[in-house]
Amino acid sequence: MLATSRTFEANARAGLGNPILQRALSLMRSGFPERRRLAVERLPEFEALRDIGKSIKDHTLEHLDFYLELFEENVVASGGQVHWARTPDEARHAVLQICRSVDAKVVTKGKSMIAEEIGLNEYLEQNGITPVETDLGEYIIQLRHEPPSHLIAPAIHLMKEQVADTFRAEHRSLDPARSLADARQLCDEARAVLRPRFLAGDVGITGANFLVAETGSCIIVTNEGNGDLTQTLPRVHIVMASLEKLVPTLEDAATLLRLLARSATGQEFSAYTTVSTGPRQPGDLDGPEQYHVVLLDNGRSALLGGEFQDMLRCIRCSACMNHCPVYAAVGGHAYGWVYSGPMGAVLTPSLIGIAEAGHLPNASTFCGQCESVCPVKIPLPKLMRHWRERQFTEKLNPPVYRAGLSLWAWVARQPALYHPLVELACRTFGWFGYRRGRFRTLPLANGWTAVRDMPAPEGRSFQSLWAERQKGGARK
Amino acid sequence: MRVALFVTCLVDFVRPTIGFAAVKLLEAAGCTVEVPRAQTCCGQPAYNSGDRETAMAIARQVLDAFEGYDHVVAPSGSCAGMLRRHYPQVFADEPAVLPRVQQLAARSWELVSFLVDICGMQAVRARWERRVTYHDACSGLRELGVKDQPRRLLASVDGLTLRELPGAETCCGFGGMFCVKYPDISDKMVSDKQADIVKTGAEAVLAGDLGCLLNIAGKLHRHGARLEVRHVAEVLAGMTEEVPPIGVPR
Amino acid sequence: MSEARAQILAGIRRSLKRGRLESAREAELRERVAGHPRNLVPARATTLDHSSRTDLFVAMAEEVQATVAQVNSPAAVPDEVARYLAAENLPAELIIAPDPSLDEMPWSERPLLRIRRGRAEASDAVSLTPCNAAIAETGTLMLSSGAATPTTLNFLPDTHIVVVRSNQVVATYEDGWDRLRSGGMMPRAINFITGPSRTGDIEQRIELGAHGPRRLHIILVDDRQKAGDGQGK
Repeated sequence: MLATSRTFEANARAGLGNPILQRALSLMRSGFPERRRLAVERLPEFEALRDIGKSIKDHTLEHLDFYLELFEENVVASGGQVHWARTPDEARHAVLQICRSVDAKVVTKGKSMIAEEIGLNEYLEQNGITPVETDLGEYIIQLRHEPPSHLIAPAIHLMKEQVADTFRAEHRSLDPARSLADARQLCDEARAVLRPRFLAGDVGITGANFLVAETGSCIIVTNEGNGDLTQTLPRVHIVMASLEKLVPTLEDAATLLRLLARSATGQEFSAYTTVSTGPRQPGDLDGPEQYHVVLLDNGRSALLGGEFQDMLRCIRCSACMNHCPVYAAVGGHAYGWVYSGPMGAVLTPSLIGIAEAGHLPNASTFCGQCESVCPVKIPLPKLMRHWRERQFTEKLNPPVYRAGLSLWAWVARQPALYHPLVELACRTFGWFGYRRGRFRTLPLANGWTAVRDMPAPEGRSFQSLWAERQKGGARK
Repeated sequence: MRVALFVTCLVDFVRPTIGFAAVKLLEAAGCTVEVPRAQTCCGQPAYNSGDRETAMAIARQVLDAFEGYDHVVAPSGSCAGMLRRHYPQVFADEPAVLPRVQQLAARSWELVSFLVDICGMQAVRARWERRVTYHDACSGLRELGVKDQPRRLLASVDGLTLRELPGAETCCGFGGMFCVKYPDISDKMVSDKQADIVKTGAEAVLAGDLGCLLNIAGKLHRHGARLEVRHVAEVLAGMTEEVPPIGVPR
Repeated sequence: MSEARAQILAGIRRSLKRGRLESAREAELRERVAGHPRNLVPARATTLDHSSRTDLFVAMAEEVQATVAQVNSPAAVPDEVARYLAAENLPAELIIAPDPSLDEMPWSERPLLRIRRGRAEASDAVSLTPCNAAIAETGTLMLSSGAATPTTLNFLPDTHIVVVRSNQVVATYEDGWDRLRSGGMMPRAINFITGPSRTGDIEQRIELGAHGPRRLHIILVDDRQKAGDGQGK
């Protein structure tokens, strides 16, 4: 997918100025966090499970080569095939080869962020194959030619009127006079329109929340049932997953599954959590004849053993972005690529480069909400800070900013110089601000004063007053 | 107990009254308070900008200035959080200095939580008849667990009633350099915070961090809202008569 | 592609600053996988006796808009199916999993029910299947694919009816895994189903029946007295 992260500021401004998006985001803000909170309250062991989930992931990452080999062993033993892809190119190519081998015309898709990452839909279309998104949110944005704006609710940026407009424009064979006033009608229409497409799929592609080494299985977590129809009806099932989705055993998967739905939507468990292993077995009356797993690296192995390794624990729940005040202000499209919110701010620079995605780890107050809700305790602010350190070392910040920081830093390291300078600044600003108690404008601080007043200082520094007090001056 | 006051650069520059309120409260709790002269800043601006080297240099300065006290107390969750949580990380790869840093960290506290959790303060002697709402500054809340302590002490202030702020735990949009690097986003966040505050019908809003308070006060005043904005220490120390609210002239 | 495989594995080892794991360590890890130990399991359902566990399963399932009917023997199932279809104003027609436990039921007593056996087709509106387990912790049904239990029955029709036997009610997912493993090979698909299909993709409003069944009806066959097991597990 083509990135627009470089223009984050403009993207953000567009998001802030979009009243429909703002309405949609306020729905999200009042929905997800409260539901998560209730679900967590209901499970006394939740905090303990976070620690265990973290350690399962850490253990797997430390031994990723072993678990990948074991996973492959078991996929093959169950009649499936594994395709290893270092790059998006290799992954796309693998998928195309599989599709061509069965003369596929239509590919149905469950939600897959990996497929977004590698721009799979566009590639398939260029090669004469029609991809059909079946997750309702993905379907809507496919019709609108938009990228997803959220990890699990790709169309979260839309209100129902826009969905209705899109359906009217795209479902041209239906009665134009029909009512599409509420979510129920929209869902029913999507269900009716997509059902024949499910049945027509030659190949079904799903993502995977987890890959289980013990059994060579892939786990998808959905609510709609589209992932299941996608992987059951066509002749061929392809799973697209990045390396770090591995977990060792079914029991380990169960632990992480207890964290996932609660963190994502506040559900106890998703409507459909499906574990698929290999193609149909002798005697089965349905199921795909072929089972392929495309394992994508695309930068994951390079993150191991380094300061960003913790990011590989991510189970794609979206809790971080659901709780992020920056995401809630600007929406997912502002981040400019596949992954948004705090996890996107950390992952995107590692996948598309810090030069392209430099704004993302900077557009954060480090309020820490994300880290406090991450089910696997990824220290997201710390990782964003690491990116800022990289930028600083590689001199990627604007020179004016660096110079200012440098100057301040030098002065702050000389208390004997710092204190008189501060006292001088106090008296100066205090004098100017005395009458009104605040400033409506300030040189060099337009970012602040464009929308806020700046309270004036009291007029003396604490250190000066304290020194006077110590000398027996007026007690304050 | 011998306590060193970590003034914080914002309190030093903008509102010394908060520092004096902190001293008054600490002395009321039975501490002797000293203010090391060789302090300027905790190093957060450098640290959060990715300038680890400067952050370390400033931290060493803090380490030298604040060693030897029983406790180090700051009227700010973010500065106290820097000392308590982040300094050990800054020096994680410096085995020669790390033990000293860990000792400093273990003795560093945010003011109100220090008064309640360490000094055992249960009430203050102060009077302030106001309907008040309280903003939980992020670092204090999430890095240091400051939540109940200010509420407990505020409950003992004569005439004060507390109305909980919906979204009290949501960031106000200050975030140090963030508010000037991403002013549009910061404005949205502080606008939401302002709306929440105004909706409580409170006459005053308090918090434990001056950065947040400047941000919130600045926004409220730009929009003509008549709420008083103060640091919680001023109220607890009974010093509300001595200085006007933030952003209001004498 | 094997070049990609080799490079990826080499890249992982390089990042982790080691070569291939030593065989002793590999053996340790294989042993852990083979032993698949349980991690912390929430106490919610495990501390309950069977009766309370069953009540919990019913409560959790109803919470997510499944409907539950309790009958006291397998023989009562066809009656319940007929009753349910009539109550929901659905045609008296269904596709049933070709499973012996269902075949044994007295369908002939309900000749007006038109029954097919096999996998589901697009035109099927109602299906009936057995399950592997009913997990009390979250009101979750565990179903696995097989010659007698085609997966399409769980997803294509608008209404899915599941028969749960009393002794299939277990506490946790881990109990479900244990049951499954005792049966041999992994089935192609294991579906953990918690309530009917739903979506919140439009304005966060939950709507049922996105692509999978709109209705999930659970018939809980309480045949404990007959089996003589009243003890909790």
